[in-house]
Amino acid sequence: MEKTLPKIEIIEKYCKGCHICVEFCPTKVLEMKGFVVAVKNLEACIKCMQCELRCPDFAIKVSAE
Amino acid sequence: MAFDYEKYLRPGKLPHIWCPGCGHGIVMKGLIRAMDTLKLDMKNTAIVSGIGCASRLPGYIDCCTLHTAHGRAAAFATGVKMAKPEMNVILCGGDGDGTAIGGNHFIHACRRNIDMTYIIMNNYIYGMTGGQFSPCTPTGHKASTTPYGNPDPGFDIAKLAIGAGATFVARGTAFHANQIDKLIVEAIQHKGFSVVEILDDCPTTYGRRNKYKSVIEMMNRLKEVAVPVKAAEKMTAEQLKGKVLTGVLYKEEKPEYTEEFAKVIERAKASK
Amino acid sequence: MAKKVAFMQGNEAAAHGALYAGCNFFGGYPITPSTEVSEVLSIELPKIGGKFIQMEDEIGAMAACLGASLAGSKVLTSTSGPGLSLKQELIGYGCIAEIPCVVFNVMRGGPSTGMPTGPSQSDVMCAKWGTHGDHATIALMPASVQECYDMVAEAFNLSEKYRMPVHVLPDEIIAHMRERIEFREPGEIEIIPRKAPTVPPEQYKPYDTSFGDVPPLADFGSGYRFHVTGLNKMQDGFPTTKAEIVQAEEERQVRKVNACIDDIVTFEEYMLDDAEVVVVAYGSTSRSARYAVNVAREQGIKAGMFRIKTFWPFPDKQIKALAAKVKGFIIPEMNLGMCSIELERCAQGKVPVLGIFRVDGEPINPEQIVEKIKEVK
Repeated sequence: MEKTLPKIEIIEKYCKGCHICVEFCPTKVLEMKGFVVAVKNLEACIKCMQCELRCPDFAIKVSAE
Repeated sequence: MAFDYEKYLRPGKLPHIWCPGCGHGIVMKGLIRAMDTLKLDMKNTAIVSGIGCASRLPGYIDCCTLHTAHGRAAAFATGVKMAKPEMNVILCGGDGDGTAIGGNHFIHACRRNIDMTYIIMNNYIYGMTGGQFSPCTPTGHKASTTPYGNPDPGFDIAKLAIGAGATFVARGTAFHANQIDKLIVEAIQHKGFSVVEILDDCPTTYGRRNKYKSVIEMMNRLKEVAVPVKAAEKMTAEQLKGKVLTGVLYKEEKPEYTEEFAKVIERAKASK
Repeated sequence: MAKKVAFMQGNEAAAHGALYAGCNFFGGYPITPSTEVSEVLSIELPKIGGKFIQMEDEIGAMAACLGASLAGSKVLTSTSGPGLSLKQELIGYGCIAEIPCVVFNVMRGGPSTGMPTGPSQSDVMCAKWGTHGDHATIALMPASVQECYDMVAEAFNLSEKYRMPVHVLPDEIIAHMRERIEFREPGEIEIIPRKAPTVPPEQYKPYDTSFGDVPPLADFGSGYRFHVTGLNKMQDGFPTTKAEIVQAEEERQVRKVNACIDDIVTFEEYMLDDAEVVVVAYGSTSRSARYAVNVAREQGIKAGMFRIKTFWPFPDKQIKALAAKVKGFIIPEMNLGMCSIELERCAQGKVPVLGIFRVDGEPINPEQIVEKIKEVK
């Protein structure tokens, strides 16, 4: 069965570039692009929601079926 | 599914004022999840704060919010709760606001055991004024007003609260984000004065003066020092050196203040 | 039915005046010489389901009052000089956040601990200028036990009507003196309720000036969700540093009182029709002044008294009018010349202002005032 990919929404205007989500993502899905976070490898996402949980700035939303 | 924080936030107020990497946003999200878990009626909920970075939290949440004067959150909140005991009253603020200038109101709110929940974001520093040492800055650490190292011993907020009579005392950290809402839920459910201390990070005014290279290092430090109370039971004093207990540290059932005052009203009416 | 009469202290009467006005919350801290107010209310408030709390300090008492007021209570605190000093920051909070409350401050000697049991009138400037920043002030000066009752009731009305802290400033003599008073019948003094919002919650702004200079105030827990802060704020209650908004809001908060001075200011004119020498007096000192005017009249001197009942806003218009037609003002006061400054300002150098200033804890007696009246040529 084909894996359904989650949707990771980055609200760039809220992101302050603190790196927390990048560092605490266990599968290194995210990266910094300039001062804001970006999705680097969505395939690797295990939908653990750690990035959404830890983001102090309400800048990440992870939607998974 | 993504958690719907917007439902509880006032529209148009984000991004918030807190610095990159400041844990206050993590605590606010924890509080929102706790409010959601408890299905609090936002019309009947007040969040009361003092002055400082952490005290700016109420402005973001769409309920009755009261951003008071420096240190006075507990006293204003006591007035709100006495006037309307049916309201959910939540206090929030920082370590300096709550334990220095507001220390007297804090201990007396604990003593009365009035049914409110106080979330103290302890980042060991006065952040908004630029990083002066607070009653919670560890001895020897640097602040803008302790350039040679802090000579003061610090408060243990949880012990202070327990000693003053709070009947629910818990501690979490900004690193342990998924525990924050659970502690706050339990605190709000508890009848009486509940204190939730969240060890927090201030990378801007505390971290950089105390040789933390990054927000991540500060977060990892919170991870390293925290020991859940259950785990601590099996550890030796040597192993616990430099550690901080987390979880529910104290819980006791005692008469609650507004209920006791309701009895005063009954006695007074009977004496007419 | 005969009116309920009683023989009681000014402090006790103040407590009953508060109850008459619908006070249902008291937050206080013990301080001489005002504690009887809290003692009476600790008995009476619970009987009507009201709330009484003795807080951990004066600041906490003021804070609890403001919190309770936002939750819809009609609140009173009582204090004295050092307590007033401590409360000042939060009186300023009440001014900027526009929260109704009544501060009953019994004036004793000072500064600092001073003479806790001695009378004084030295808080009149502290009431006006004690908290920092620009703000309007209303302060009432009772001169009898009956006026302690009536003026506290009136102070509640003013605090609700103008949405701000209001001071009642008896001196210790008035607060501790015992006299016959009449309890007011329901309706005898009109009780002004807080202006509640008429818009639905989603449209409500706590500082919405489309309803005038005194915007309606919703109660916490009544279905309206809003933000209150001590920061300069916009009409929706949220902080701002926008220059034009801050300027406009600060000006409004002073204007809401200044534009209504004629409605607020009360005074008593005693034998002023043909008076050449006017004793301006307030509080217990006005009782000596009245006697002195009578004595002076017996001696053929055209003396009269202007009694200040509303100290703030100061009765500028009335004093200026008198200054245009009399030969001089006498101002007896239990401080070193606080009202005197205001009189000098209003007299604009047209007539002399002669002061009798006592801070020794003794009342100013009529003989002193008669002597001073005779100095005016």
